[in-house]
Amino acid sequence: MLKFLFTVIRRDVLLAARRRGDWLTAQFFFVMVVSMFPLGIGPEPSMLRTIGPGVVWVAALLASLLSLDRLFADDYRDGTLEQMLMSPSPIALLTLGKAIAHWIINGIPLLLIAPLLGIQFNLPAEALWMLVLSLAIGTPILSLLGSIGAALTLGLRGGGALVTLLIMPLYVPALIFGAGAVEGVLSGTGSEAHLSLLGAFLMMSLLLAPWVSAMALKVSVE
Amino acid sequence: MLSANGLACERGERLLFRNLGFELGRGEALLVVGGNGRGKTSLLRILCGLSAPAAGVVRWRGDPLGKAHEQYGREMAYLGHANGIKDDLTPMENLRIAAALNGRELDAGTATAALERVGLSRCMDFPARVLSFGQRRRVALAGLMTAGALLWILDEPLTGLDVEGVAMVERMIRDHVVAGGLAIMTTHQPLVLDGLTPKTLSVGE
Amino acid sequence: MNLYHYASPSTFYPLAGKLIPWFAALAFILTVVGLYIGFFVAPTDFQQGEGYRIIFIHVPAAWMSMFIYVVMAFWSAIGLAWNTRLSFVMARALAPTGAMFTFVALWTGALWGKPMWGAWWVWDARLTSELILLFLYVGVMALQAAIDDPRRADRAGALLNLVGVINVPIIYFSVTWWNTLHQGSSVSLTRAPSMAQTMLWGMLIMALAAWMYTIAVALSRARTLVLERERQTEWVRAQLEGQP
Repeated sequence: MLKFLFTVIRRDVLLAARRRGDWLTAQFFFVMVVSMFPLGIGPEPSMLRTIGPGVVWVAALLASLLSLDRLFADDYRDGTLEQMLMSPSPIALLTLGKAIAHWIINGIPLLLIAPLLGIQFNLPAEALWMLVLSLAIGTPILSLLGSIGAALTLGLRGGGALVTLLIMPLYVPALIFGAGAVEGVLSGTGSEAHLSLLGAFLMMSLLLAPWVSAMALKVSVE
Repeated sequence: MLSANGLACERGERLLFRNLGFELGRGEALLVVGGNGRGKTSLLRILCGLSAPAAGVVRWRGDPLGKAHEQYGREMAYLGHANGIKDDLTPMENLRIAAALNGRELDAGTATAALERVGLSRCMDFPARVLSFGQRRRVALAGLMTAGALLWILDEPLTGLDVEGVAMVERMIRDHVVAGGLAIMTTHQPLVLDGLTPKTLSVGE
Repeated sequence: MNLYHYASPSTFYPLAGKLIPWFAALAFILTVVGLYIGFFVAPTDFQQGEGYRIIFIHVPAAWMSMFIYVVMAFWSAIGLAWNTRLSFVMARALAPTGAMFTFVALWTGALWGKPMWGAWWVWDARLTSELILLFLYVGVMALQAAIDDPRRADRAGALLNLVGVINVPIIYFSVTWWNTLHQGSSVSLTRAPSMAQTMLWGMLIMALAAWMYTIAVALSRARTLVLERERQTEWVRAQLEGQP
């Protein structure tokens, strides 16, 4: 069981390593979206500090969505997805492995870049830590819920835009708790409550999302 | 071993076939015949468990496919229209990862032997992207050989292969069936399995 | 009583055909009565003047918008569990009406907000949740519109509905939480003045009218869907030849 999970993860990471161009696109997308905001709003430091956490979080949502529509699509096209669906292991493990791999490939880099972007927004050191921490708990949620959308829209026209439409509303709690935690540090109201709620949401996604996206995959491949 | 009863399949609102059934035991082959768009591929996908029939049931060793998922996954190998190999991986990596996903360890020696048998000894270290269509089909065939499956389900296994490749596939299928395996296939080309007459099943008349 | 009998499309179609006029008539009568009470009988509110009367549309619409989503999820679950086609059809037939009520609730909310809060839109917890609910409706409809194969469209939509309905309480909770943390200029909706008896009656009657309307519209939409999907079958051919 676990071996299958690890094989799926290793496979996807290996494939991403062979296609670094695609991978870099998503990371630069994240950096650019965040950098556009000061240009649109103005360089006033206190203003930037207020909007900083939210902007970084929204950009993280968008960056994760950008890479999501290809989560299953590439494997679907060359037939490897069918082969994996016919493997002896439960399909929910496949979707879980794919979501974890997506997080390793796209989520972890966001954690590393986020502090740099936070500095651009004039965030103090504690807030930067909290930003990384909240993203560390929150980005797996994005990958897990996103895998449902990717499975539902597999092989459809305009899949990318459609995933965004379906999944964005489901991301709302993660955004609120995640950005809220950073803001709690900035305003001094504390962020434990936010983090625990974010953690609870992560647990729930971890338990439910792989099953749902396994069912969705079966529906879509049929 | 494999039995199908009262299978029906709909695509959109069109009924492709209904009340289709057969039994297949060890050492038997089944050739599915029928024109384009009659539902041959749909039938094979139902037999693989990839899609559910509109009616009827497929059983493997007496259990419906839904229940036998794990065992069936280990004992069945499917070769579809798509080759099921990743362009960014070398043929060797493709074989070994596919085996690992099926819960088996495949050592480099066995994989090399299989690739040599399908005539790819010179391309083992290139990513599959640079291979020709026929060569990629051969990688998929090597995967079929190393899968160690009892039941082969082959959708148009001869497409894209040259004369020598066709002869090789025919030999592969024959050896597999003679050794006690089961094979189900569709093809538009003549298939000569010498000393072996497959059962036939015609779809959607 | 055999439920499967009513779940078969060939029974459903004529039955729904007979029921629709009744529900439509009830919806019409109740709307007229409800609006009459709302606009002529109910007293003028001493705080908000005449403007408050929009709640006779706003509140029932908001109720329905949430309720329909739950009903859709219910039909989706039944469809996925027992593979009954009619359940999927019902879920699908309800979506546009639900989205319509959500939109009406938002729109009338904005109209009401202008005199009350001095702004067309405030990021009040309820308004925000309602907006996200609208997004969820749009998502389901967009997904089903993008899929050509009706079988896949039904199932994919149903799965999305179920995911949505699990998420709706979490979204509502998170938005409320977010809203209390950002208390700025917010005027709480809950501080509604104690309601006169007639106002309550007017609202309930309007809610009932919305119910009847929903049933009538959903049934007629479901009828069309059934006819379209079963057009290959004998009973549909007989049906179509019967009424040239």
